[in-house]
Amino acid sequence: MSTETQSGSGISGDDSLEAAHEKNRRVRRVLFGCAAVTVVTTVAIFLVLFDNAASYFFGARISEVLFDGDSIARTVTFTEFFTGTRWAPDHATPAHGVLPIVWGTLAITIGAGLVSIPIGTATALYLSEYASSDTRNRLKPILEILAGIPTIVYGYFAVSFLTPVLVDGIATFLVNPAGRGLDSVSHHAPGLLEPLASGMMGASVGRYSMLAGILVVGTMTIPMVSSISEDAMQAVPDDLRNGAYALGATKYQVSTRIVLPAAVSGIFASYILALSRAIGETMAVTMAAGFNANLTVNPFDEIMTMTAYLVSMARGTSAVGTVQYQSLFAVGLLLFLMTLTMNLLNDRLKQRFQEEYR
Amino acid sequence: MSTKRETDFLADVDLGREKLLNRLFYGTLVVASLFGLAMLVLLLTDVLWEASQALTNFDIDIGNFLTATSSSRAEQAGFGASIIASVWLMVLTAVLAFFIAVGCAIYLVEYAPENRVTRLIEANLANLAGVPSIVYGLLVLALIVNDAGLGSVILAGAIALALLIVPIIIVASIESIRAVPSSVRDGSYAMGATKWQTIRQVVLPQAMPGILTGTILALARAVGETAPLIMVGTMLHATRYPDGPFASFSAMPTQIYNWTYQADRMFNGLAAVGIVVLLLFLVAMYALAGYLRKRYETDGSSISNV
Repeated sequence: MSTETQSGSGISGDDSLEAAHEKNRRVRRVLFGCAAVTVVTTVAIFLVLFDNAASYFFGARISEVLFDGDSIARTVTFTEFFTGTRWAPDHATPAHGVLPIVWGTLAITIGAGLVSIPIGTATALYLSEYASSDTRNRLKPILEILAGIPTIVYGYFAVSFLTPVLVDGIATFLVNPAGRGLDSVSHHAPGLLEPLASGMMGASVGRYSMLAGILVVGTMTIPMVSSISEDAMQAVPDDLRNGAYALGATKYQVSTRIVLPAAVSGIFASYILALSRAIGETMAVTMAAGFNANLTVNPFDEIMTMTAYLVSMARGTSAVGTVQYQSLFAVGLLLFLMTLTMNLLNDRLKQRFQEEYR
Repeated sequence: MSTKRETDFLADVDLGREKLLNRLFYGTLVVASLFGLAMLVLLLTDVLWEASQALTNFDIDIGNFLTATSSSRAEQAGFGASIIASVWLMVLTAVLAFFIAVGCAIYLVEYAPENRVTRLIEANLANLAGVPSIVYGLLVLALIVNDAGLGSVILAGAIALALLIVPIIIVASIESIRAVPSSVRDGSYAMGATKWQTIRQVVLPQAMPGILTGTILALARAVGETAPLIMVGTMLHATRYPDGPFASFSAMPTQIYNWTYQADRMFNGLAAVGIVVLLLFLVAMYALAGYLRKRYETDGSSISNV
């Protein structure tokens, strides 16, 4: 952009000085423009999602109503959308209750949280309080690889290993702890959980299951919890630890009663980040948990998350104007608002965390 | 605990129990830490195993696999067109994202006044980094692919990926621009340089290794992204080489996704081999980023290269 320093010195004359000032002002405007692009992106997301989602509920986009004078026709009521329990907008007898896929997202998020939060917190405590600095410097980057692996690879991992081997194995074990498999005649020696298990999961595990989705999303969010929590724990001043040791506390007591409470807002921020990531996670849950919008609590059932619905309905340019296309934006808007809430919450906690020790 | 006479000190503490508790706690932490490690090993082993199985069982020719286009017939399907599409995506994404992100970072560090607009930009950045990638895909689908009529082409995919990684590059750039010591800036000003001359010729050269490292890591994230590309729209099989930004395409991750869902088992095997290729791409990019960081770490403090 600039033509280097051809003028030699800036003190020589008023002309070149004025030119330099003018140039600085121009550069400043361009750079501000770059920064403004990020704000424009957020505004565009809001506008585009609202605009297109409107066509799902009212039969016409907001922009079409404003600029082309299209008329409004109530196609889907908010009552049906938010309280209906069947989700099949593309079905011959369509149903527009979003609850099953919201539940799918929540089930995966809660389940993944049950995996990544305890394991991530324990890992962070180990790294921060117990591990030698050598171990920490080696283990931390290795764990962070988990967050860097493309989610499609996790999806393939679920399809090729987790579901057929692990999830199926657990299901078989629950039905028949002796491990003789479902087809061997085992009715005379039923497993302890047989009534519960077989009632819960029917015949056997299909290609998709909630549990597989929970496992992959839980695994990929471990490093978010462990790395950020560990940073928060490292920020706890050693004076607090030493004070506790001086009072005769054991390492276990220092870890759980001093370090954890002192770092609590940073730790919670990491939890929220991990949960927010789980809500928006797409490929791994799609390939692991499936495409069947089910209101179920059975971890061996197939379910559909909001993101999986978006993937299943993606048709590029061919579907514009259809109810499938419109429903993408209604679901996308809901998804965006959910993660936005989490992000704002995370922001609050981070500010509190920074105030505490700085 | 409660107040006690000196003789009773610690009398109510069962030291054996405390010791056991500490041991159990330590053991739990170690096991938990190993869980992540175990999953990582399992995942990599699984992918490598499936890929090697596919190579032997289906007699896949690696040379053909890397150069041929995909096909609806598994025996002829290759990964070449997808690799080229991913390279196109990466280059376009880098061009689109880099200048905007670095410009934004320079503004925030060097120019931005302490006011409400600046705080809004900063808060918005944190929020953008948390937006699910599929939402960027939806944005581009509605705005660029359909409203602007660009269609499901590489450029549209690159715009979605660029929007996704701009916040990541900004954060990395801000950090490395802030790391340039202010004494260096003051020295430049003392020589009579203007603000922009100082930034361009003193600050940016020093911050560039960090900025480039951050950009490469962000591109590594972009190249593995699947969901935004699926929303933008990709070919089921990448049957021709893309000849420019306006060609329809299927990148590496989307081709892997489509192969995974084919009924023919050989396609599933191809997906595993494709994943290995994708992971090798990522390893190369991480290695490059690590090399840059190492290389400039040592002479980062000297200003001889200004």
